[in-house]
Amino acid sequence: MTAEPRKGDLVPAPRPDAPLLQVDDLHVRFRVRGQDVRAVNGLSYTLAEGETVAILGESGSGKSVAAQAVMGILDTPPARVERGSVRLRGVELLGLPERRRRAYRADRIAMIFQDALTALNPVFTVGDQLREMYRVHRGLGRRAARDRAVELMERVRIPSAARRLGDHPHQFSGGMRQRIMIAMALALEPDVLIADEPTTALDVTVQAQIMRLLAGLQDELTMGMVLITHDLGVVAGVADRIVVMYAGSVAEQSPARDLYARPAHPYTRGLLASVPRLDRRGGPLVPIAGAPPDPAALPPGCPFHPRCPRAEAVCAVERPPLVTVAPGHDAACHFAAEVHAEQEVPGAGSV
Amino acid sequence: MSEATAVAAAGGEVGRASLWDDAWRDLRRRRVFWGSAAILAVVAVMAALPGLFTATAANEGCDPNISGLGPSGDHWFGTDIAGCDLYAHVVHGARPTLLIGVAVTLFALLIAVLFGTLAGYYGGLVDTLVARLTDVFFGLPFVLGATVILVAFPGHGVWAMTLVLVLLGWTTMIRIMRGQVIAVRDADYVRAARLLGASDGRIMARHVLPNAVAPVIVVATLNVGNVIVGEATLDFLGVGLQYPQVSWGLQLGQAKDSFLDHPHLLIFPAAFLSATVLSFLLLGDAARDALDPKLR
Amino acid sequence: MWRYTVRRLLQAVPVFIGTTLLIYAMVFALPGDPIQALAGDKPVPENVLRTLRDKYNLDDPLLVQYAKYMWGLVQGDLGENYTGQSVSEMLGGRWAVTAQLAITAWIFELLIGIVLGVWAGLRRGKLADTLVLGGTTLVIAVPVFVIGSLAQILFGLRWQIFPTAGTDDGWPMSYLLPGIVLGSLGLSYVARLTRTGLAENLRADYVRTARAKGLSRTRVVGRHALRNSLIPVVTYLGVDFGNLMGGAIVTEGIFNLPGIGQQVFQSIQLKEGPVVVGAVTVLVLIFLLVSLLVDLLYGIFDPRIRYE
Repeated sequence: MTAEPRKGDLVPAPRPDAPLLQVDDLHVRFRVRGQDVRAVNGLSYTLAEGETVAILGESGSGKSVAAQAVMGILDTPPARVERGSVRLRGVELLGLPERRRRAYRADRIAMIFQDALTALNPVFTVGDQLREMYRVHRGLGRRAARDRAVELMERVRIPSAARRLGDHPHQFSGGMRQRIMIAMALALEPDVLIADEPTTALDVTVQAQIMRLLAGLQDELTMGMVLITHDLGVVAGVADRIVVMYAGSVAEQSPARDLYARPAHPYTRGLLASVPRLDRRGGPLVPIAGAPPDPAALPPGCPFHPRCPRAEAVCAVERPPLVTVAPGHDAACHFAAEVHAEQEVPGAGSV
Repeated sequence: MSEATAVAAAGGEVGRASLWDDAWRDLRRRRVFWGSAAILAVVAVMAALPGLFTATAANEGCDPNISGLGPSGDHWFGTDIAGCDLYAHVVHGARPTLLIGVAVTLFALLIAVLFGTLAGYYGGLVDTLVARLTDVFFGLPFVLGATVILVAFPGHGVWAMTLVLVLLGWTTMIRIMRGQVIAVRDADYVRAARLLGASDGRIMARHVLPNAVAPVIVVATLNVGNVIVGEATLDFLGVGLQYPQVSWGLQLGQAKDSFLDHPHLLIFPAAFLSATVLSFLLLGDAARDALDPKLR
Repeated sequence: MWRYTVRRLLQAVPVFIGTTLLIYAMVFALPGDPIQALAGDKPVPENVLRTLRDKYNLDDPLLVQYAKYMWGLVQGDLGENYTGQSVSEMLGGRWAVTAQLAITAWIFELLIGIVLGVWAGLRRGKLADTLVLGGTTLVIAVPVFVIGSLAQILFGLRWQIFPTAGTDDGWPMSYLLPGIVLGSLGLSYVARLTRTGLAENLRADYVRTARAKGLSRTRVVGRHALRNSLIPVVTYLGVDFGNLMGGAIVTEGIFNLPGIGQQVFQSIQLKEGPVVVGAVTVLVLIFLLVSLLVDLLYGIFDPRIRYE
């Protein structure tokens, strides 16, 4: 897949043995009307090629901001990546000057967004927007770029692709628009795809189609995928690993299967209990009490403690570190081991 | 800076207060708002009680022997070509200028709010009728339309002029009003009110209007300035107010043949006119910023 | 696009008829003798009055009068002055002057307006933004005839950078200063519309997408954001043409440019009502035509509008 040399590879040299994408201790702040909003506070995860990591969190948990920081497309100011590191095959992206950073965007790391209607430019035809990828990044001529654009649209299974090249985004259905979004992101066959709530704006039946399409293309291109979502249902079938974010930092991370079976953080436990699941029907749904904290005024200690059913005095004072409860399974909770040891998620268990 | 932050935080705390309360809180903190309001207050007093500013009546004490003098102790702004005291004239010019600007806008606003609401709320035939009529009147640009109509109306006074300008000046506001009402019409709270059996009149007055009128108020404020400029232009061209009436536009019109030699005839009335218009524009801008938080 | 064009053309028909009927009714159908009214307090000989009453068919029913007047207008007959001179002949050689002035003004306001708007929009809240906002507000607050008179004193007389008046230096020299004066109001609105549009569009989702596509900032701003920001500017151009026509009367009057506007300007002073009515009616018709063209252009610029 990566036969042709890429301009992003020239300097500094990537290390083939390094992880595909490694995000380490990422911190992002916003200054909004004199207030300091801490959107991301120490996010870390690693992504291998062909792997799917799901980043799960409520709205406002910082998951989209973190993704945009990885892409390097945050508005700065007001946003500021305070510290941390984002390495692609060992190459640190955060310190790179914009010109060099740009070469990675779309070419090595691509991103698709939630609402394709607003994320596609309304005044250009989809053909224009697809061709632009090849014309700008690959220097292809009009004809060649057009042919590649048609191929792309066929690849994401848009019927009569050649004819629809001249249509504008608003002339497509929601599902078709998201396919175009995906086609555009995959145009240069990136190594990493960040999908930010790719199916949230779609009907349930279309959601499944889009997820299947993404999974198929991921296999085909052996891409690593970061799937950002608030929807446990979307995650279930596709994620290899899950990172649960709360108030801008990692609450828990684990292989997908483990997380569902034995969550080690009360927040994850609460999430699982609040969602209807086909495999465990009959039990009552238990919502998590309270609301997510205001990122401009995070509570001291563990950010989840005001809503946590098992909070104790220490939680309001001391911020819990990530502790490993099983191989590859960490949770940021003072009582992670105890929570992990409990067998069933309350409320979801009784058959 | 920290005080502003504290106020902003406090404003955020009571975020449930209505749009208008928020807007007022925001406006109060703007220096531009107070500056414009102060200038307009002075001009309004000048228009209402010119006697407070000058003992000379309009067109009184003119002496052709002292025509075109520059500013001096006796005549602060100098004298005009007819030898009248320019300061007294500028003071007396405030009334018709302000009156026309405000009256035209108020009447146009009334038309826009009334028919814009009806058209937007009921849709169908009423809407089509209003929209087509608006298109027709919109086809007459302000200065061109007023010129051709006023030429056929010699000897018109302030009120005839107001009437003609209202005729040409309601279209922009009604379009905005209608669009706003259509946007609000199908909101959940309007549907809820309808389900609870509220009458159309009550829904429009209680639910639609208060939520739709803000942008029109902003445009109306800006519009006062534009009408004043338009009126002055018509005076300048010679189709607006006529001697012996006194207005800033008329003074500028009289200056047009002599301002090369006597620039003060242009500068003083122009400064008053522009300061007034500028105040309305800045007031409108400030109101827009205050009413539309997403533009901040 | 075809359907959109046809629909817009059909919508324009009642507007053309309605607007001209409105002017006609206001001028000729009100109580009193319209011909005498058009002359103001100037005495008009009885036989001239009669000729003109006949010329304007004032003894027919209103709609017939209007139909005959419009028919004449379409054939280039704009009515007659008190001296029996044809209005269209009086205007004959003047079109070129007004067209050159309007084009100069239009180029100026579009070019400089968009540049200023982009400059301010990219630096929202900074000094550049404040300067552009303040400057344009000031220009909007000062009437065109004051700006024109001051410009004439300063640039024409005091510093002698531009010709003071007349068209002796031809295009572009004689038209530069009047064109800038005439375009100043439109420039202010174009700059403000561009600035607000750009500042808003820079935060739009599709601009974020464009950045994610790895495009350069120039391309993100210049192609993706600006293109969308110019949509309201295009809409404004139609309205603006109306201002431009009104402003042409003032500007040509001040700078003594022998165009249509100057004829109107002088005819108002000379109380030649029929000339004013004829010339201004034509200007309104041109405005309507240009608005229609701008509307059609809008369909090209914003594809969403075509499929309403």
